[in-house]
Amino acid sequence: MTSTDLLQGLTWQDVGYLTPEITLIAMAVLITLLDLALPDRINRAFTGWLSLIGILGSLGFVSWHMLQLGGGAADGAVPGVVRLLGDSYRVDGYASVFKIILLSASALIILPGISAVQRDDRVVDKGETYTLLLPAVAGALIMCSTADLITLFVGLELLSISTYVLVGIRKRSGLSQEAAFKYLVMGGISSAFILFGMSYIYGVTGSTNYGAIGGAITGALADYEALVYVGFFFLIGGFAVKLAAAPFHAWAPDVYQGAPASVTAFLAVVTKGAFLAALLRFLFNTALPQLHTPFGEDILLAFKLLAASAMIVGTTAALRQRNIKRLLALSGTANTGYMLVPLAVGVGSFVQWSSAAELGYYMIAYALMTIGVFTTHLVISREAGHDEMNGYAGLYYRAPWTAWAMVILLLSFAGIPFTAGFTGKLFIVLGSVKSEDYWLGGTMLLTSVISYYFYFAIIRQMFTRAAETEKRILLPPSSGLTIWICVSATLALGLLPGLAMNWMDRTISVLRDILLG
Amino acid sequence: MPETIPWLTFLVFAPLLGVVVLLLVPRRQTRLLRLIAVAAALLPLALSLWLFGQYDAAVPDQFREQAAWMNVALNREALSGSVTSFIYQFQYDLALDGISLPLVLLAAFIGCMAALASVNIRKRRKSYYVWFLLLETGMLGVFLARDLLLFFLFFELTLVAMFFLIAIWGYFDREKAANTFLIYNGLGSAVMLFAFILLIYTAGFQAVEAAGSVELIYSGSYDAIAANLLNPEAYVNLAPNLMDGDNPFYMSGEMRWTVFILLLVAFGIKLPIVPLHTWMLHVHKEAPVPVVMIHSGVLLKMGAYGLLRFGMFLFPAEAREAAAVIAWLGLASILYGALLALRQHDFKLVLAYSSLSHMGIVLLGLASFNEIGIQGAVFQLVSHGLISALLFLIAGSIQERTGTTELAELGGLARSVPFISGVLLAGGLASLGLPGLSGFVGEFLSFLGLFESMKVVTVLAAAGMVITAAYVLRSVLGITFGPLRESGEELRDARLIEAVPMIALLAFIILLGLYPSVLTGTTADSLQAFLSQLRVGG
Repeated sequence: MTSTDLLQGLTWQDVGYLTPEITLIAMAVLITLLDLALPDRINRAFTGWLSLIGILGSLGFVSWHMLQLGGGAADGAVPGVVRLLGDSYRVDGYASVFKIILLSASALIILPGISAVQRDDRVVDKGETYTLLLPAVAGALIMCSTADLITLFVGLELLSISTYVLVGIRKRSGLSQEAAFKYLVMGGISSAFILFGMSYIYGVTGSTNYGAIGGAITGALADYEALVYVGFFFLIGGFAVKLAAAPFHAWAPDVYQGAPASVTAFLAVVTKGAFLAALLRFLFNTALPQLHTPFGEDILLAFKLLAASAMIVGTTAALRQRNIKRLLALSGTANTGYMLVPLAVGVGSFVQWSSAAELGYYMIAYALMTIGVFTTHLVISREAGHDEMNGYAGLYYRAPWTAWAMVILLLSFAGIPFTAGFTGKLFIVLGSVKSEDYWLGGTMLLTSVISYYFYFAIIRQMFTRAAETEKRILLPPSSGLTIWICVSATLALGLLPGLAMNWMDRTISVLRDILLG
Repeated sequence: MPETIPWLTFLVFAPLLGVVVLLLVPRRQTRLLRLIAVAAALLPLALSLWLFGQYDAAVPDQFREQAAWMNVALNREALSGSVTSFIYQFQYDLALDGISLPLVLLAAFIGCMAALASVNIRKRRKSYYVWFLLLETGMLGVFLARDLLLFFLFFELTLVAMFFLIAIWGYFDREKAANTFLIYNGLGSAVMLFAFILLIYTAGFQAVEAAGSVELIYSGSYDAIAANLLNPEAYVNLAPNLMDGDNPFYMSGEMRWTVFILLLVAFGIKLPIVPLHTWMLHVHKEAPVPVVMIHSGVLLKMGAYGLLRFGMFLFPAEAREAAAVIAWLGLASILYGALLALRQHDFKLVLAYSSLSHMGIVLLGLASFNEIGIQGAVFQLVSHGLISALLFLIAGSIQERTGTTELAELGGLARSVPFISGVLLAGGLASLGLPGLSGFVGEFLSFLGLFESMKVVTVLAAAGMVITAAYVLRSVLGITFGPLRESGEELRDARLIEAVPMIALLAFIILLGLYPSVLTGTTADSLQAFLSQLRVGG
């Protein structure tokens, strides 16, 4: 990559391909201005709806680009790729798939959050939430598209810094402040780690572009083997902190507990998803061309160990947890472990494959169940006044339909058939068997069974314990809608996983999207 | 869709039809709810009896229904251009053979009897019947599914339904029992799923060549896997050195053993085999009566069925080498179960340990590797299903009347409730293997089959039968005769609705005891393929 390429500048057509990100930023600016200009007495609920419109608009642009590039078409045509800014920013099938997942998840998080933010006295400036949420989503989108370390860092920081503030958005809550401080410190350190690793990688390969790094790494390994390892491991370590993958997960329960439930859901779904999507692309281009060399095997081994420890630590730590938000933080760690498996199993020699579809599929499943459970929790915790598990006691009597919805979502978490969680795990284990990492697949199934203990504990609370009051719980319509969207999608994917898998297979091309070369 | 009428689908989903109707009925209509549930349980029984009449022992897999459920594309791209797609194929595939048939009949029959016995359920009847019928769909499906994943789906359906049935409607310690059940069986399911995935990945792999293109397919189809394992040309049997040193789908000898052992452990938990049995005791003690009837009568049989269908039929060579281990495990279950049953103070626990002991006999029959022994094992499954369902039903009736199943607090019931006591006595005699009742036939055939190959084990196991007689007589006679306790003075004998399932179960126990060929006839032909394979291999 020469310097003239990088200075090429954007043409108007290129800007057209950036519309998803631009829409989000423009909407954030609009909301900020309106929030500042309008008098206080005007209810700020409209800012939530505006942000939802912005996200749906962005979703529309992404889908349009995907179709335009030929992804998702059934005729088997190979989708095209748009490279912007000297191949540092790619609009391709891979990016489209993950952008669609993350944008849909964001929309489902905002929808029930609007009324929750309005009712939350501890959030002082209601409009601020969305001013910050939209840039965070834009950062996530950038991370899906990036093919360059610098762009990656820009997206990553945009996402991280916005979420630091979002965690502390309840200015009148001590817990929220504590969480924000912890998240800021941990996030800052991990960003520093990532940047430090990047600088080494740039130093030894002479490039920040993934494709160029992949090409230069053989030479770099010959000359500066230790420095290459340092660079990669700092970068992976920093990512592991952001992903809350054990043993770098200790911040997650505190932060998840302190943040408002919608922000927690955002951290659990969108942040994780964006980091995983970025990590897969980075890994496939830089380390996997080195497969069957000691370096490539070491990197994959690091991912395998990270995945296994996230599954084991997350699951066992959650066993004694009675606070729902902390429980979901730890189960999120375990689920991160599951989603790291597709990254860790690499590519095979017999047939070229990527595990991107498995990752994407499980991410959809995880997003649906996490958002569904958090939305329910939003309602239940307000009724109960706390986040403890016994707030769910007797939910069957107080809101039978919601209790049944929770059962389906929790069964999906536990990986019981007929849910998306089961098929997602099935495909991941199938992938791990393919690369002959039997122990990894075995660990995954084993920790799933151990996780039955706490998922079913919530079910027992709902169905076998008596409630303190018999008062019916009424769900706000937006919450009910979100929950049932999540439940029906979970069931639909559990029965017909082909819906999502075939779409991703048609859209993502290993050779064009993921291996840049 | 097949042009013929999909009878098996009707059979499996008949209870689900009941669920749909139940959901439309208001929860206060308790009589109507019960009526619908019993009708929904009668429907599969009628269908399975009809299928039994239509069944032709000479034809291998009957009433077959196959439909592609889904073809899931895995995101793989071949470096060589000819490979066009790489898919995971999941089939909806049901079939009936001589091994499924008796177990389907058993499941439908016990399900119906348990539905009748559900009158004692007094709370949340509507959701009870919903879970109950879901459980029935699951267990019927397990015995008919011919796709690995489909089998697993039905298997897990029973797991979830059982969890709710125990946790909500069980006795005092129900939540703990439900949890123990869930974790143990979840573990078994996970092990089974892992074995299945290994099988699908190796033996289920096919490369289908069409004009100029190659489709790579993973399939969970039981027939495809069985055929591939037998076919020396299939990828699963081609050693890497025959294929330029790289064949990821090859199943090495070690891998075969691993899968076989995983299956043995998975189904061994369900069966249960001795060190893996503790969960069963909690369930038998705490679950509501109809659920225990189904659990002991049908669900335990799923373990034996899975072991036979997936463990032994797919890996005959490994199973044959492991026959001695299986037989000794069976013996351990028999003796351990019998000895502990002798020491129990609670009638339900006597029955629970007795189940463990009787399932050991099934293992002995399977380990014989000849027609008589395996027939005996299948027969024993059905027979024990009937007997244990009957005994648990009676235990439930006694508990309802006296409030206890402690042996020390029961006695002399023959005077106050003669009918229940009489049936209990008959059930006890069937359990200890009195000739003329069904228990005898299963035990006798299993022992006879095993005696050919393992005389020592057979003799020791037969000695275990003496202990069986001792614990059965000790508990049954203690309950029916002896001094009448205060608690037992003013009891009502069985109502009609309780008597009906008791009589029906007992009638079948006697029928099978007198005419065992009703069942053995159907089983024999289905075993031929397996046995001929053994003769070639062994």
